[in-house]
Amino acid sequence: MSLFHNRLKDIHNQLVNKQLKVSELVNESFDRIQKVDSKVKAFLTLDEENARTSAAKLDELLEHRSERGLLFGLPAGIKDNIVTEGLRTTCASQFLSNFDPIYDATVMKKLKAAQSVTIGKINMDEFAMGGSNENSSFHPTHNPWNTEYVPGGSSGGSAAAVAADEVYFALGSDTGGSIRQPAAYCGVVGLKPTYGLVSRFGLVAFASSLDQIGPITKNVEDNAYVLQTIAGYDVMDSTSANVDIPDYLSALTGDIKGLKIGVPKEYLGEGIDPKVKESIIKALNVLEGLGAEWEEVSLPHTEYAVATYYLLASSEASSNLARFDGVRYGERTENPDNLLDVYLKSRSEGFGQEVKRRIMLGTYSLSSGYYDAYYLKAQKVRTLIKQDFDKVFEKFDVVIGPTAPTTAFKLGSQIDDPLTMYLNDICTIPVSLAGVPAISVPCGFADGLPVGLQIIGKAFDESTVLRVAHAYEQSTEFHQKRPQL
Amino acid sequence: MSISIKDVDHVAKLARLELNDEEKDQFTKQLNAILQYAEKLNELDTENIQPTTHVLELTNVMREDVTRESLPLKKVFHNAPEEENGQIKVPAVLE
Repeated sequence: MSLFHNRLKDIHNQLVNKQLKVSELVNESFDRIQKVDSKVKAFLTLDEENARTSAAKLDELLEHRSERGLLFGLPAGIKDNIVTEGLRTTCASQFLSNFDPIYDATVMKKLKAAQSVTIGKINMDEFAMGGSNENSSFHPTHNPWNTEYVPGGSSGGSAAAVAADEVYFALGSDTGGSIRQPAAYCGVVGLKPTYGLVSRFGLVAFASSLDQIGPITKNVEDNAYVLQTIAGYDVMDSTSANVDIPDYLSALTGDIKGLKIGVPKEYLGEGIDPKVKESIIKALNVLEGLGAEWEEVSLPHTEYAVATYYLLASSEASSNLARFDGVRYGERTENPDNLLDVYLKSRSEGFGQEVKRRIMLGTYSLSSGYYDAYYLKAQKVRTLIKQDFDKVFEKFDVVIGPTAPTTAFKLGSQIDDPLTMYLNDICTIPVSLAGVPAISVPCGFADGLPVGLQIIGKAFDESTVLRVAHAYEQSTEFHQKRPQL
Repeated sequence: MSISIKDVDHVAKLARLELNDEEKDQFTKQLNAILQYAEKLNELDTENIQPTTHVLELTNVMREDVTRESLPLKKVFHNAPEEENGQIKVPAVLE
């Protein structure tokens, strides 16, 4: 059996007991990439030499010393919008195709301290804008369950790499659902932590009030391991939350007796594929069998979330992406006439269509005469959406629904229709606007493609989210299924 | 509210983007569709609602006010497209 079918904990124990070497793990990762990545196309940059050198050093440590980090020796894939010192970081954009960061993101420092091995940088929608991975400047990633389908986005490469057994875990980033939706489409576990729990220092900003880094893994326990490593206060991030980090692993008790679950009627109504709905209802029955109680609730402003999100995220994107001017790093046009020409041509040549579209939408929303009608209005509606969650969480421990209204769609089928593409995020966007944590776990299949169950919690209550997800997972076998590649 | 190619031209100028005719046409249509969809927010009365400035109650994050080495020039210029005499080179602003 492939080593990839083991839990991180089991691998850790095998390493500690000297039944396994880190170099064997890293070799298996590169062998697998060699075998399947031409079909999946999850990676943009491989860091083979450094990974093998790190593995050899860790094997040396294993021989002589006993200290081992939580993620000791485990091969990881990193979304390409997280900066990695000396390792090319492109955000899947032509603009940054030659960008080599001179420092590590805080999450990278933490992974290195936990002795994980970085295998390479993973494909995504350009600057994390998109829900299909088709907006990468370089190539689309394919869904390992059916390579004619998208893996979701924007962390589609991260989800596909984990699903295809190319790495043990991956980091993604979630702005409107970019960890959860691809996790659902690829049949893996993806967590968007509470806004502020994980440092954003070194994450190339898309929409600063929404972006959050999180783990993508094969099971909930592994997810808790990675979260334990990357969570925590960081003075380098002005939006970092100074809260105590609990022991997430001890939360995985399997006991959810008496837990109160709210199921928003808006998440199971119009637009939700009947087969997806059927999987969610079955999942609720499983949770009920474990002693939880569920009842229908309402998040009445759900239907306004997509419009709110696209106005706010695009406004923040237009501001954040103003720094890409062709002066200090990245793409610079050849033979410009003057400085203005550097800005205009570098940006126009460097950015793809989706990025330009969002910059245009955001600039319009923030421009004189339209600010109140669009940006300010959206910020007020965001308050209403957050209040919806606050009210429900007064009575319920978690909120549960589908992660996405449908399973993955075919490559190319929605690329010319941005509005339809945006509506795929209807179940994940409200959670992002409210800033609360949510996880997607596999809960079934429809026409051979995975369905994701979304478990949403109170701010900083990742422990409960993980506990419910773990209890559900232990009662089902969906997370053990593997795509045939 | 609908936006015209002239509006798209104006916004592109503000955003420092140079669009070709095909892009202008396409963005006019797509932005109109998205903004028309966004009009649904007007169904809500938000007169007395405070805008969300931040989802959580956060305080400023402060680092210690200590002097430290600046980045070495070699690192500063590592990703710069053009460098000359210890400075990043760009075309002249004044002719």
